[in-house]
Amino acid sequence: MAGPANEVDGLGRCQGGKGLEFLQPTSLTEALELKAAHPGAVPLAGGTDLMVDLNFDRLRPEAMLDLTRIDELKQWWPHDDLIRLGAGVSYTRLVSEIGEYLPGLAIASRTIGSPQIRNRATVGGNLGTSSPAGDALPPLLAAGAEIEVASAGSSRRMPFRDFMIGPKKNALAPEELIVAVHIPKARGPQQFSKIGTRNAMVISVASFALAIDAGTRAISCAIGSAGPVILEAPEADEFIESSLEESGAWDARSRIDNSVLQRFGELVAQGARPITDVRGTKAYRQHALAVIAARTLTWAWDDYMASA
Amino acid sequence: MRRVSLTVNAVEHEAMVEPRQLLVYFLREQLGLTGTNVGCDTSTCGACTILLNGKSVKSCTVLAVQAEGTEVTTIEALAQDGDLHPLQQAFHETHALQCGYCTPGMIMAALDLITNNEDMDEDEIRTGLEGNLCRCTGYHNIVKAIQQASSEMRSFATK
Amino acid sequence: MRAPTIQKRTEQRGGVGESVQRPDGVPKTKGEFAYSSDLWAENMLWGATTRSPHPRARIVSIDTREALATPRVRTVLTHEDVPGRKSYGMEVPDQPVLAWDDVRYQGEAVALVAADHPEAARRAAGRVKIEYEVLEPLVDPETALADGAPALHPSGNVIRHIRIRHGDQEASAEVVVKGDYQVGMQDQAFLGPESGLAIPDGEGGIDLYVSTQWLHIDLDQLAASLDLPPSKVRITLAGVGGAFGAREDLSIQIHCCLLALETGRPVKMMYGREESFFGHVHRHPARLHYEHGAMRDGRLVYVKARIVLDGGAYASSSTAVCANAACFSCGPYNVPNATIDAYAVYTDNPPCGAMRGFGAVQTCFAYESQMDRLAKALDIDPVELRRLNAMDTGATMITGQEVEGPAPVAELLKRVRNAPLPPDGDAMDIRTLPGGVSNTTHGEGVKRGVGYALGFKNIGYSEGFDDFSTARVRLSVVAGEPQVEVHSAASEVGQGVVTVQMQIARTELGVQQVVVLPADTSIGSSGSSSASRQTWMTGGAVKNACEAVRARLLQRAAQRLGKRHGKLTLDGANIVSAGSGSVASISDIVGDDPIEETKEYHHRKTFPLDPRTGQGNAHVAFAFAAHRAVVDVDLDLGLVRVVEMATAQDVGKALNPQAVEGQIEGGIAQGLGLALMEEIQISQGRILNPSFTDYLIPTILDMPPVRADVLELGDPHAPYGLKGVGEPPTISSTPAIVAALRDATGRPLTRVPVRPDDIVGLDGQSG
Repeated sequence: MAGPANEVDGLGRCQGGKGLEFLQPTSLTEALELKAAHPGAVPLAGGTDLMVDLNFDRLRPEAMLDLTRIDELKQWWPHDDLIRLGAGVSYTRLVSEIGEYLPGLAIASRTIGSPQIRNRATVGGNLGTSSPAGDALPPLLAAGAEIEVASAGSSRRMPFRDFMIGPKKNALAPEELIVAVHIPKARGPQQFSKIGTRNAMVISVASFALAIDAGTRAISCAIGSAGPVILEAPEADEFIESSLEESGAWDARSRIDNSVLQRFGELVAQGARPITDVRGTKAYRQHALAVIAARTLTWAWDDYMASA
Repeated sequence: MRRVSLTVNAVEHEAMVEPRQLLVYFLREQLGLTGTNVGCDTSTCGACTILLNGKSVKSCTVLAVQAEGTEVTTIEALAQDGDLHPLQQAFHETHALQCGYCTPGMIMAALDLITNNEDMDEDEIRTGLEGNLCRCTGYHNIVKAIQQASSEMRSFATK
Repeated sequence: MRAPTIQKRTEQRGGVGESVQRPDGVPKTKGEFAYSSDLWAENMLWGATTRSPHPRARIVSIDTREALATPRVRTVLTHEDVPGRKSYGMEVPDQPVLAWDDVRYQGEAVALVAADHPEAARRAAGRVKIEYEVLEPLVDPETALADGAPALHPSGNVIRHIRIRHGDQEASAEVVVKGDYQVGMQDQAFLGPESGLAIPDGEGGIDLYVSTQWLHIDLDQLAASLDLPPSKVRITLAGVGGAFGAREDLSIQIHCCLLALETGRPVKMMYGREESFFGHVHRHPARLHYEHGAMRDGRLVYVKARIVLDGGAYASSSTAVCANAACFSCGPYNVPNATIDAYAVYTDNPPCGAMRGFGAVQTCFAYESQMDRLAKALDIDPVELRRLNAMDTGATMITGQEVEGPAPVAELLKRVRNAPLPPDGDAMDIRTLPGGVSNTTHGEGVKRGVGYALGFKNIGYSEGFDDFSTARVRLSVVAGEPQVEVHSAASEVGQGVVTVQMQIARTELGVQQVVVLPADTSIGSSGSSSASRQTWMTGGAVKNACEAVRARLLQRAAQRLGKRHGKLTLDGANIVSAGSGSVASISDIVGDDPIEETKEYHHRKTFPLDPRTGQGNAHVAFAFAAHRAVVDVDLDLGLVRVVEMATAQDVGKALNPQAVEGQIEGGIAQGLGLALMEEIQISQGRILNPSFTDYLIPTILDMPPVRADVLELGDPHAPYGLKGVGEPPTISSTPAIVAALRDATGRPLTRVPVRPDDIVGLDGQSG
């Protein structure tokens, strides 16, 4: 989402810049052609993040590319063992339509913004912004999602971990657009939890997603708002997988010991790389991640036990 | 500048707008519909809530040019022939406003909510209005107003 | 104890004591109400402000050439263009209209731009080149107080020191508890940012339409800085999107008028939310050290306190806030001996001033925390400890003043104690748990806590200030029906003062049709819509004017009708005599000769505090409230959901019960915000969170239902016995919530807002 270099004054307002071209394609092909012709054009989906920057005059792009009229981006469908989720499906629809296939993403979608925001905001927008606080992102990472990006004449797919490369930085080339996300249908319980300091409409202080693959007996975690990117916690994954294997819990569908849950939480917290900022302290973020990691694992495992 | 044509409160409009102009400022400054307020500039407070093709959105997250071909409903469209909409009447009667700055956005969010949900309990009403801040009332009477309007609209619909 | 209030007359519909619907309710629900941000004038320009990015710096030079050369820009102004007094302030005129030598806080105004378009104005404001010599900001109030600290103002760094020495300074106690407390910087966060429209009259004068709390104090400051006689400056109240203290000081007022007078064109100024955070004062952050001494039976022996309020860069209302912090520092308790030192201090932090509760909020958090600590030390129930020490009528304040009106402290406490408790939470419904749909708990770690607090505060202005309000009432006949027109300068900020003026006119004159004219400066001052005073003061003025109109009406009736009916009175819209019943209608007597009276209302005299001892009858009256908070806390995550707030408050007389409840519920929401989430975070003088994204105010899912018990124990000095309502809900709600958190967590929680870190114990609070 990088715009042209702007001069910003002491109060964060942007100076200078010239007129803005507004591009409003109605098909993906047209959109990709426009993006090729205007590589500096800033793609616009739900506008939640972008409008704030425009509003504060922090962003003065040469062109904006409105993706909200492209029906192809607003579709989702199952194919094989995946869901192909168009980049422009709103969170309101995600909440009501995809819970069966992608429960983790559905829970996360419900925590985003407010009804008005969920009516417009999209997973594509969260990916485009690539903020570590993007609430939809940890479930994508935990579920092993792949991001489909395209440019005029070509397209490629990459795992989420290769897509997001830094805070508000991603692997999208200037001529590319985010087209869809391919997410494996849940093969076991999924959970998501988000810490905020008020009970609604809050940017996450830390978030955590977890997906159980009952088939391969794998557990994957993802940590949000506690590092420069959405983080995996491979040590926590390996620990819990081997603990469950060793204790025979997969077959017995037996409870997880508290000591194991606690250790799992510690490993998640150790996997985080939080900072202290206006929304929370480093110490609290680590502490809270350990707690919600253990809790979400308990909830997911309860579901697994009940699914016999 | 770019031409945009859209329907606002059942009236068709065509206008030239700056591409970076937000829909809320188009409504306020070009159409003079100042009932939709701006409270935060960061898509948080909900004072600028309108209906876009029937769905509640914060009009500070939409560019005017994006509204091309859409149907926009603002607070000014609710009262018909001088009669207040049941939501407006209920907000007035239950003292669900003090300074009133949040009220138009609150009513528009509530309109979307009660149009799509029947028989809401208090928790559902509160959850549905999580995107609208009020600094004066403590929200208590806002919940009451929506309960009242919701039951009135239901009894009207069954008549 | 119930004081007589209204004269017994025929019931008047829409009068005092009824939940009359607010006349602005219809336009406000229809989107037709004109807020100051909605104003528009033909040929209008837009103003913008250049602000300092530095909390402390010396201005080396200001170069406006590039800004002036920006297309569509009409003028750029600096301090050199301020024709009159170059600084302003309500109590101490220490704040530059536009900075000239030093800037003392981040966001201080340095230059102004007017342009044809708001964006052009904003851009040009960014092109005013200001060369600064950046200095290290002085941001710690204790450092600013210390000997040898650099003086931020010629008068030094102490804005005010209030010293209270009451009773025996050597008194000793059997049990002593000490504590250090902190209150963060809260923002009023009204929803409609500062805005206004100034229109030059072409003859050197100006009309300003603005959202403000006190038109006449704006007028005084405007006239001085514009170097105009007051008659050339006319201010009309525009629609106000909330105030809560933040509109007492000037924001756009002088700036907008300077630009309009310079360009000869109407100029509109409108802050965005971010600029609003820099454009108004905030609640004083405070550090408070307390020592309470008591006998083993729980009776308080003494309180010692040192209170330091960070006033920030300019004085604003710090002097009065400091006095309030000191006077109410011991709570509504019988405290025979007190040693209090309260300081308001200049720093390079954002200026602080009025916010709902006004100095009483900070100390209430500290003394109520101390009462809980003392209860623990004595092993006494905290409610019982409070009851034991509760003030009543006739009590002596630590300022030596006797509490004359009703002071039902123990009764209020009993009522919240006896209110039924809410049912246990439903762990199956995550919407009702801490964190809500963010899905942080399904019941794990959640513990319920209950806490109590009492608070009190003065109503109206104190320390000898001759506070008054003015109202003009005109009784006429329109289309055959009597009509009353009421005019005052009282600011309707949402609280309902327009409704109340109508209600009073109906009650006093028996006339159904009442029109309240827009508030402006063509009439005398009504004072500020603050200090919980406006219903009392302007209500009193309207009542006085109505009584004068009524007297003339009856006098005229007696002249017309002769003496045969004996003494005449007004009953509804009829003039009646004891012998003959109804003898004429108002319309008969008024005819086409309206009766008009303008009257002032002054409250009873108050006196300064003795500078050495802090003793004196400084206050008009006191308002009391009790709160009980029930909270669910996630002990592991430090997240909170307030389940219910119960309150009891003596309002003297509820002129409009529905509006009274609205004040109580809204005031509690702001107290809840301070307890749990609201803080302007500052680092080295810079605001870190000037937005609603990161300055969090309670949403509808944070604010619980309120159980309000409203007592009406008339105050003998007030019109109808009424007391102000607006502030008490914000004062003791905060400590009640924190007490409930302590009950659930067992942690000391000595700072508000309470952070999740504090609840889970990451902060290593010493307590």
